[in-house]
Amino acid sequence: MDSLQLLMDTVSQWTIPGTILLIILWGAYKKVPMYESFVTGAKEGFTVAVTIIPYLVAILFIIKVFTASGAFDDIKVVGSWVFAQIGLGDYSESLELLPLALTRPLTGGGARGVLLEIFDTQGPDSFLGKTATLMMGSTETTFYIMTVYYGSIQVKKIRHTLPACLIADAAGIITAVVLGYILYG
Amino acid sequence: MLNKIWFWLLLLGILYGFGKAARNSWLESQEAPKAIAVAEGASEETATTVPDRRDLQEMGRDINAAALDAAELAVSICISLIGIMALWLGLLNIAKDAGLVDALARLLSPLMRWLFPEIPDGHPAQGAMLMNISANVLGLDNAATPMGLKAMQELQTLNQHKDTATNAMAMFLAINTSNVTLVPFTIIGYRVAAGSTDPAGQLVPIILVTSVTSIVAIIAVRTLSRLPRYAIAEDSATQDSESREVQ
Repeated sequence: MDSLQLLMDTVSQWTIPGTILLIILWGAYKKVPMYESFVTGAKEGFTVAVTIIPYLVAILFIIKVFTASGAFDDIKVVGSWVFAQIGLGDYSESLELLPLALTRPLTGGGARGVLLEIFDTQGPDSFLGKTATLMMGSTETTFYIMTVYYGSIQVKKIRHTLPACLIADAAGIITAVVLGYILYG
Repeated sequence: MLNKIWFWLLLLGILYGFGKAARNSWLESQEAPKAIAVAEGASEETATTVPDRRDLQEMGRDINAAALDAAELAVSICISLIGIMALWLGLLNIAKDAGLVDALARLLSPLMRWLFPEIPDGHPAQGAMLMNISANVLGLDNAATPMGLKAMQELQTLNQHKDTATNAMAMFLAINTSNVTLVPFTIIGYRVAAGSTDPAGQLVPIILVTSVTSIVAIIAVRTLSRLPRYAIAEDSATQDSESREVQ
């Protein structure tokens, strides 16, 4: 297990340098004016980061207020009791991730707010912070994509799309939590 | 829908906090000595389950602080995000200019034929879907969406029941929502912004989980499409025999 974890960590750390290398070598092969191309893209990055501020304020505002009221703590007390009843008492810590699991398929901005709130209160390098990263990284805003994609071609009967996507989302969330416990628990 | 969630969560939060604190204050004034004794007893037994005994002033202060804290946190996160996003989108722009998306699309095309047997080879839908999936793999979200919409339009031209989703559409959406990304750089950005000492250490586990999600999505779409309750409504007999032949 330790050597597997070491291997995974090493490959993880080298994914970004490896990708950068691939990009610049390919760019050189295709004779792309790299510096100019980089700056053009980087300008877009500035816009992206600044334009999400209003959305993030709106979402973090409601999450922080809801959490401060103690309502979420009381939900967790009930949740831990249920977990203890079904013999999962040791894993009740993962209930902190429930808001992320619930918001992720609905709204990208909301899930981002929940993720950043978990990072803020638990720390990004804690068990919960890392497991939340896995959850966020491996699922998508299912409902948003379905609405936009099917809406654009006026398809109304979506047949098995929704159940299939939700099964996949649930599988991703469960796998993220299980892997989180194996790797960081 | 988001409007309603926003309103209700905020209303519930403030009212719940007020109600809870009012109850705490009332309990305190009613049986002050007993409450203190209970609180002391509890802190001796288990420090982790200290009951929430904030009174009205404290609760109000906490909610004020939470609201202001949210505003400040959002801005400080985004400020640290500017640099990271600029760096990554700069690199991705080089990749885009160098045609890495097309190269990846060529690499993935055998997989596409297996996933979408109904789509004739060389049909424009195939190209659009390939470009969309390749852009997603590289994390080019902004480029992925327009190509995804183009793919849906092309898929619609092959559709005989214009208001009903085809198997190919369902498969395409399931793959899209299972979020296959080689380098989920925005999440790394959030981790850096939150002060992580090891922001990129989870790329392989993320890819593992994403792979599970994608495989489950593909199996779920294939299996559910055969169920009678998800069959295409009218004169589906011809379509069924067609798809069986291809498979």
